[in-house]
Amino acid sequence: MIDVNVSLFQWPFRRLPHDTTDPLVKKLKNAGVTQAWVGSFEAILHEDADGVNRRLAAECQQKGAGFLIPFGCVNPTLPDWKEDVRRCQEKYQMPGVRLHPNYHGYALDSELFADLVTECHQRNLIVQISLRMEDVRTQHPLVQVPDVDVKPLLELLPKFPGLKIVLLNSQRSLRSPLVTQLAKAGDVYYDFAMLEGIGGVGKFIEDVPYQRVLFGSHFPFFYFESSQLKLKESDLGETIRSAIAAGNAEKLT
Amino acid sequence: MIWDLHCHLNGVDGRTPEERMSQLLKYADRMGVDRLIVFLGMSFSRSYDPKPDDFRQQNDEVIQAISHWMDRALGFAYLNPNYLQESLDEIDRCIKNGPLVGIKLWVAARCDDEAVDTIIERVAELKGVIFQHTWYKVSGNLDGESTPEELARLAKRHPEIPLICGHTGGDWERGIRAIRDCPNVSIGTGGFDPTAGITEMAVRELGADRIIYGSDIGGRSISSQLAKITGAQVSKESQQQILGANLKKMLLPILREKGIKP
Ligand SMILES: [Zn+2]
Repeated sequence: MIDVNVSLFQWPFRRLPHDTTDPLVKKLKNAGVTQAWVGSFEAILHEDADGVNRRLAAECQQKGAGFLIPFGCVNPTLPDWKEDVRRCQEKYQMPGVRLHPNYHGYALDSELFADLVTECHQRNLIVQISLRMEDVRTQHPLVQVPDVDVKPLLELLPKFPGLKIVLLNSQRSLRSPLVTQLAKAGDVYYDFAMLEGIGGVGKFIEDVPYQRVLFGSHFPFFYFESSQLKLKESDLGETIRSAIAAGNAEKLT
Repeated sequence: MIWDLHCHLNGVDGRTPEERMSQLLKYADRMGVDRLIVFLGMSFSRSYDPKPDDFRQQNDEVIQAISHWMDRALGFAYLNPNYLQESLDEIDRCIKNGPLVGIKLWVAARCDDEAVDTIIERVAELKGVIFQHTWYKVSGNLDGESTPEELARLAKRHPEIPLICGHTGGDWERGIRAIRDCPNVSIGTGGFDPTAGITEMAVRELGADRIIYGSDIGGRSISSQLAKITGAQVSKESQQQILGANLKKMLLPILREKGIKP
């Protein structure tokens, strides 16, 4: 299994059972994960983006080389953010970036975002966008962050052929028909960490080709077992199950 | 043994209550869930303040849904404290003289409303189980949507009546604290995200005997909700209590009364 939605270090508002890297790696490996794409919880609030990325890259190298694949943080509202993109790719050898437009305060129809996408497109970086980190109803009263509105991608994506977008934690705010339209507008992929509903994955692949669905757990914020069990809850058949569990993500990198 | 405290007939395919029940059971079988407790009708979002005809119809749908699977499915009656006499009559119709084994109170009225005292006293006489929806929404609750603190006030007026705090208040770090000093209140774990740490904190603060597994299917996935228990770093014995033993124990008196095999 390749898990495309894992985070390292500490969630700002709560200690989590697996928020140190050694137990996290052990848990994932025991569950049959062969590779985890990891961002940093620090990315959502820290302004020293390179400090965040430097620690993330070092931790992945030390505690899970070849297993933990770092996805860097870029905040285009920060001065000289293009240097962060450059370092993510050239210095830290990251295959992509993980964006938090809601925590960083920009919209996807902004010029900032278009510039950021242009930069990632030229460098052939995977762009992960996290639509939310937690249920908006249970956020800290002083840190109420709305979900990312990804509708502007419909107009933007045709301008960037081949750009790979992975939408994380999308399903609580993103519904059909937009989820289907986005998949048609570009190379848009979805994880299913926040997919709910009985037999959810089986129903989701009626809206989106199964080739666009990736295994993502939002671990350690969520219990890992949630996404793991979802592969069993729907009767997917072996071809589709293994594509979603690993094959689709393998082809992305 | 897994018993699911919190299931609905909506969010699942099927044109009739029976068809939907069989769908729920198909998934329950895949996931190893033995028993489902069902409440609310085919489309429960018609009104947050249902008139008596409305909640009666929803209860009829539940009765219809479970009637073919009495060994797998149980039901609770949905009531509205804003219609007190009609709710008391519905308790008689569905629980005293019918097959249902408990009640569900949703968002029609806050649960520290005195009509609720009368309702739960009557249900307790019949040994029925009492499930109250609760949330703490940072964005603001609905007018009639109870918080765990309001449930705690009700619980303290009736320390001998067991109550279930549905959704653990959603914001479980607050919800667990709110009902911590009410030994007659258990939490229902269904219907919120599988945020890691919920079960560990609940076992630490309440003890495993005050935690009851539920899912809130079909709107939720069985997996996300089961994961809160099976993924938690608590003992196997605690997990077994939470997944089924506690609920079974709570239901035992009324099941015996009705001659339903536990
Ligand atoms: Zn519910």
